[in-house]
Amino acid sequence: MGFISRGFHGRPRDEGVKLPPGQYLVHDFPVLSAGPTPRVPLDRWEFAIDTEDGRTHRWSWRELMALPSETPTVDLHCVTKWSKLGTAWKGVSLDTLFADVESSAEYALVYSYGGYTTNLPVEDLLDGKAWIVYEFDGEELAAAHGGPARLLVPHLYLWKSAKWVQGIRLLNEDWPGFWETAGYHNYGDPWREQRYQGD
Amino acid sequence: MNGRRLVWRIARLVEIRDETPSARTLVFQIPDWPGHLAGQHVDIRLTAEDGYSTQRSYSIAAPADGERVELTIQRVPDGEVSPYLSEELAVGDEVEIRGPVGGWFVWRPDGTAPVLLVAGGSGIVPLMAMIRARRQAGSRTPFRLVYSLREPGERYYAGELRRPDPGLDVTYLYTRVVPDGWARPPGRLTVADLNTGGWPADFTPACYVCGPTGFVETAADILLAMGHDARAIKTERFGPTGG
Repeated sequence: MGFISRGFHGRPRDEGVKLPPGQYLVHDFPVLSAGPTPRVPLDRWEFAIDTEDGRTHRWSWRELMALPSETPTVDLHCVTKWSKLGTAWKGVSLDTLFADVESSAEYALVYSYGGYTTNLPVEDLLDGKAWIVYEFDGEELAAAHGGPARLLVPHLYLWKSAKWVQGIRLLNEDWPGFWETAGYHNYGDPWREQRYQGD
Repeated sequence: MNGRRLVWRIARLVEIRDETPSARTLVFQIPDWPGHLAGQHVDIRLTAEDGYSTQRSYSIAAPADGERVELTIQRVPDGEVSPYLSEELAVGDEVEIRGPVGGWFVWRPDGTAPVLLVAGGSGIVPLMAMIRARRQAGSRTPFRLVYSLREPGERYYAGELRRPDPGLDVTYLYTRVVPDGWARPPGRLTVADLNTGGWPADFTPACYVCGPTGFVETAADILLAMGHDARAIKTERFGPTGG
């Protein structure tokens, strides 16, 4: 047994809930972002997937809304230590958006209105693991939480779920994104507590 | 990045300073501390006797000073960690700390652009590290601080911010209770406050905004409306969540 904090007892343990290491449970929905909240009018909103050979697939807001939607209920884990369980979303699976995209790229750089970027392997976007979501808890997604639409990749720390998502660039090599170049882990698996570089 | 691994270190509490009835500054001695930049934070890990452990992030309140690392902890009612840190922890006690963390919300003493700091409540902590780093470095970069609080009794670092610090202007805003004879009625941050207490956009200042989410959203929106470049506005948001 390692270090003990004298006199620290912590909250009563809830044995029914299993959280990733170092996380604690919250019931509100904290906001974390590095700059002002961008506001994107829906008539100018567009989402794109850019392939490694220079082709671009685009969707307007109306086209996104016309695609089949899913309603994932997922747990969120933020690198700042909070976890929120059972969050209800509505959006389009990346499998649907990638259906007609021909690509053999292994890496993705997600970019957002406002300039934010984050990187992850393409395989983490596919097979029912990721969505472009536009509703939270039955309401349209608030700008502070990434509206009108954000990426949702709940099996990775929440900074990978880029708010105000604008597009995904497919790449043959890995390009670290915003937090990934600022000392955070390149992959960010909460169950392996990959918070920072070297974890 | 340098790829340096962030290891957990044993930090010994060597000094306590009360800031307000519900907040105190803790000065830790951390062997082999690698140093940090103003604006960065640390992770603290507490472990109970049954092995249960939990972590929280706290902003560092002062620039690097050898192995000394200062945090200011606001007690969050019903919090799991902040009541322990702000009430129970005594000089000589130890916690585990790793860091520094965060390479974005930082000010470097070689920065020459004028600086606007906008603090809501305990959001003053990382901004105070920048003010102290400026003073420590003898920097002449002009700083302005706009510090919004519910009432005068909640001011952190009141004595230090009262002392003259050439090139630093401090504006207090109170949202609920104002001191006797205070000209501005109590109220939330407005365009007029940042017009008066901040810099014109054409001075292209570096803006740092830290506080609760709603405050940061408001302040960043006002700065954008005043014409400041979104890329020059760095924000750090926090809530009383979890504490």
